[in-house]
Amino acid sequence: MPMTQEEVFKKVKDVLTSALAVDEEEVTPEAKLSEDLGAESIDYLDITFQLEKTFAIKIPKGELIPENLFSNPELVANGKVTPKGLEELKSRMPYANLSAFEQDPDVNKFRDIFTVNTLVNYVMTKVN
Amino acid sequence: MVRPGRYDPPAPPPHGRSGPAFSFFREVIMRWIWVDKFERFEPGVALTAIKNVSLAEEHLFDHFTDFPVMPASLMIEGMAQTAGILVGAAHNFAEKVVLAKINRATFERLVQPGETIVYAARIVNLNETGALIEGTVTCRKLVKGAWVELPVGHIDMMFSHIDQNMAGLKFPEDNFVFNSAFMTLFDGYCREIDVHFPGRNT
Repeated sequence: MPMTQEEVFKKVKDVLTSALAVDEEEVTPEAKLSEDLGAESIDYLDITFQLEKTFAIKIPKGELIPENLFSNPELVANGKVTPKGLEELKSRMPYANLSAFEQDPDVNKFRDIFTVNTLVNYVMTKVN
Repeated sequence: MVRPGRYDPPAPPPHGRSGPAFSFFREVIMRWIWVDKFERFEPGVALTAIKNVSLAEEHLFDHFTDFPVMPASLMIEGMAQTAGILVGAAHNFAEKVVLAKINRATFERLVQPGETIVYAARIVNLNETGALIEGTVTCRKLVKGAWVELPVGHIDMMFSHIDQNMAGLKFPEDNFVFNSAFMTLFDGYCREIDVHFPGRNT
């Protein structure tokens, strides 16, 4: 039976409260994992493991968090993701809302793409 | 004085059936080993190791003066070593495995000298980037003349294969986590429980 967005959100919330030691109230759909919930790089690995376990899914390396993007000069120039880079991101991350990032595609703000909702949408594509 | 850091140990001695090569240990002075033996080893799945706690161990002298108990921090270290070996062995020690995070460490019982700590580590999830481990700690002790095994705690932890996770950072080519001194110890552990590890003289 397919899972609803609400069911997935509830379980993602459990994963995040446990992996990041944050309160349930802090885990809102719009909360940014790094800026709002304090996730560090190693936490992303933990979150990936916990999502795999919780939803019985496989998350191949580089699928949830694209790799080797920012070392390509065609995709990033002067610290900004190029239009071609944005197209690449859209095709690799169809589950992410990139509209805010498109306004200011500073590579340092790339992490802001990862909100609780981004995870929920990603998991939705895997479980259903 | 032994300092952490790079160390090139002398060549290991020929293998014998008498357990870890103690003369070799005197040479390399491997002091930071917090498991005594393997008890059960299912490569890629689970590893159970034991540690005997002795009143002669220096760390118990003032932990605490009149009430010696095994520090919880050292039980976390013991579990990290057990689990780290399990994770390293799962990829034939090709990866540099480092402890990345302690997800949970809860304790419900004190461990005292004369008791044996049992670290049981099980792989929950393993992939090319790292591993998630669930660990349980128990202790064997004599209670009114009978040996019993009692729960001590739960320690869950996560390991990272650092070469796969630190994009752009270069680490030494040689495996400083599982160096040759460690591998000699590992071979001895395996021989004692008759586990034959692929590619090793165990």
